[in-house]
Amino acid sequence: MIRRLVRFLDTRSGTAPLLRKTLRYLFPDHWSFLLGEVALYAFVVLVGTGVFLTLFYEDSTAKVVYHGPYEPLRGREMTHAYRSVLDLSTNVKAGLLIRQTHHWAANVFIAAIVLHLLRIFFTGAYRKPRELTYWLGVTMLFVSLLEGYLGYSLADDLLSGMGLAIGYSVAMSIPFVGANLAELLWDGPFPGSHAFFPRMYIVHVLVIPLLLAVLLGAHLALVALKHHTQFRRERRQSERKLVGVPTFPGQAPRSLGLLAAVAAVLFLLGGLVQINPIWLWGPYHTYLATNGAQPDWYLGWLIGGLRLMPGFDVTIGGYTLVPNPFWGGALFPLVVLVFLYLWPWLERKLGWEGDGYHNLLQRPRDAPGRTAVGWAMLTWVTLVFVAGGADRVDVMFDVPYTEQIWIFRVLVFVGPALAAIVAYRSCIELGRAERSDRERRQAEHEARAARSRA
Amino acid sequence: MSRARGFLIGVVLLLLRRRGPRPLRPGERERIVPPAPENAGAELLAISLLLASTACAIAFVAVYVLDRLPRQTQLLGLSLGLAFVFLAAALVVTAKRLVVTEELEDDYPEPEHPGEQETVARIVEESGLTRRKLLMVALGAAGGAIGVALITPAASLGPFLRVSRFYRTPWRRGRRLVNENGAPYRAAEIEQGTFYTAFPEGADREDLGSPLVLVRLPRGELDLPPENAGFDADGIVAFSKICTHAGCAIALYRAPLFRPNDPKPALVCPCHYSTFDPASGGTVIYGPAGRKLPMLPIAVGSDGVLRAKGNFDGPVGPSWWGVRMKGPTP
Repeated sequence: MIRRLVRFLDTRSGTAPLLRKTLRYLFPDHWSFLLGEVALYAFVVLVGTGVFLTLFYEDSTAKVVYHGPYEPLRGREMTHAYRSVLDLSTNVKAGLLIRQTHHWAANVFIAAIVLHLLRIFFTGAYRKPRELTYWLGVTMLFVSLLEGYLGYSLADDLLSGMGLAIGYSVAMSIPFVGANLAELLWDGPFPGSHAFFPRMYIVHVLVIPLLLAVLLGAHLALVALKHHTQFRRERRQSERKLVGVPTFPGQAPRSLGLLAAVAAVLFLLGGLVQINPIWLWGPYHTYLATNGAQPDWYLGWLIGGLRLMPGFDVTIGGYTLVPNPFWGGALFPLVVLVFLYLWPWLERKLGWEGDGYHNLLQRPRDAPGRTAVGWAMLTWVTLVFVAGGADRVDVMFDVPYTEQIWIFRVLVFVGPALAAIVAYRSCIELGRAERSDRERRQAEHEARAARSRA
Repeated sequence: MSRARGFLIGVVLLLLRRRGPRPLRPGERERIVPPAPENAGAELLAISLLLASTACAIAFVAVYVLDRLPRQTQLLGLSLGLAFVFLAAALVVTAKRLVVTEELEDDYPEPEHPGEQETVARIVEESGLTRRKLLMVALGAAGGAIGVALITPAASLGPFLRVSRFYRTPWRRGRRLVNENGAPYRAAEIEQGTFYTAFPEGADREDLGSPLVLVRLPRGELDLPPENAGFDADGIVAFSKICTHAGCAIALYRAPLFRPNDPKPALVCPCHYSTFDPASGGTVIYGPAGRKLPMLPIAVGSDGVLRAKGNFDGPVGPSWWGVRMKGPTP
């Protein structure tokens, strides 16, 4: 039976040699190598649940009066877009489960990508010959942020409308071309023409998913072509020798188990833990806003950036040049993106990394400079992220908002510097302790050998 | 001496290795995958987990079919989630106990292939195309021009160069201020200590230029700058409801920046807490906004209804490169 199937495949496609190689392809074993796989499997769940959602969503912003089963909104005017998401949540069997699972999957997807990126960064896995893989990954992270933002904007509830207004303002604030760009995208001043929602829709369900699929394919192909990196845990692992578990029978059940586990967590969250109850927020109108609004977690750093920025526009005479949202909403993420793109090159310019060809990973302590810079960046972004929740801290713990903002404005400068120093010293000390430990053991060993000879 | 020792060790190692695997019986082939450990308990466990997964998946279908169950979403999520939990557990048991965990060695691919690189370069060179510089330049020009031509239709997406539209609002002299139900606001019904949302009668409410916040301030507190003199109607002041920072609606009066015992009321945007002082004509007193809130001159008509006396004293909504900060818009 197996032989007949393999023979069928081989005679029609000539893939038996490829199949054999694939089955014996080696996966080095470490828990942190699974983070990228978690992101991959969350993407699978996103595509599956997303296809279901497209079969019910309407992208029209034409107004309609609600007469559905949800009592508090009856008689309210809303867009077809909002009503279709509401109906999906209340009238369609399993609709709410799939919608909530999709939303949770988006959150987990981006969380997994971020953790994967941290692992790649701090172990130096992006070094030659894997820079292309790394750049593709960073691109996918930022494309995914946009994809998530578009996704929750489509519901046209009060929160998503506020998010779009902010996105529009950030687009407007871009020097020279902001107003033109915003007019182009929205087809006129906010909230835009009837064409805007169909544009967001097609970009969210086709253009970006396709782009992500292509980037993902190239990312995985490059990983496979150059094989995985590995930690040096035993002698036989080297720059030339890879030690790992073969795809089959070793790795396949583990990886499929991870897929099932990711699906399990996402469906349990989707069924049991409420997320984005749009019926509570109500439909969006430009003249409405709510207090305590927070975006999905992965945009928290941008709201933090917008809130931390002191209030000024760059002006000349009676004209504004650079409006305030540019700094926190556009420049800040751009700086992080450019840093991530340039880092492999920057590390060489700093002389911390040569032109070497690497298959072995480093531990953070092996590259104190990189670890320090990484911690500084991470602390910077995290502090801005936390500052985005200052209003919630005000409400919940009664710490005045204005004072928190001033504390954060100082911390975003002091924090990264402190983090870098602590990280650098820790790496140096850990390395020194390790060296002296090794020397002591060697001396003891030699002493024992000398005694036994004597 | 040391060479002899190395040789001896080598011989011993060779002998030890020889003793390792059982000799092959005639007609038997050498295995590729080493035999998996016999583990009846683990196999039984994996089978039970898979059966549990099957049961949960069937339960999902049953919950879906049986309508009118209370908490259907939760039950659906629980049954499907558990089906995957059991499947994951079964696969982990399979990976850890039922298949052999081999740690194999393999060579990393060659860092580079100098011979192939040279061949590729020579194929391109010997084609002779790269030496025809002018042809290459012309090819680049054609490619670039076609690229530009192909993205030109993207300009159809929006008006693109008609930025003047951002200045337009529906407010005109004499236009009545109406509430959400379309009823005109009478000056007498505007009370102190709260704010009202008003719209231009008969205009599109979603237009960023439309919505207003109305506030009545005590006579003594009003401190309008000279250019806004006469903008109020008996202590009632009207501002654009759209924040000049990021386009959200100004939906808070005081809280949370200004505690109930703070002396001055303020208009606050809940998105990034830009705060504006209605008494001084909408100036920014806190937060990231870079421009004051546009103020609309209003008056009370002979019928007691609030009407606009003109347009705002500045552009409405978020700023852009080159926006005029002041000056009424027609």
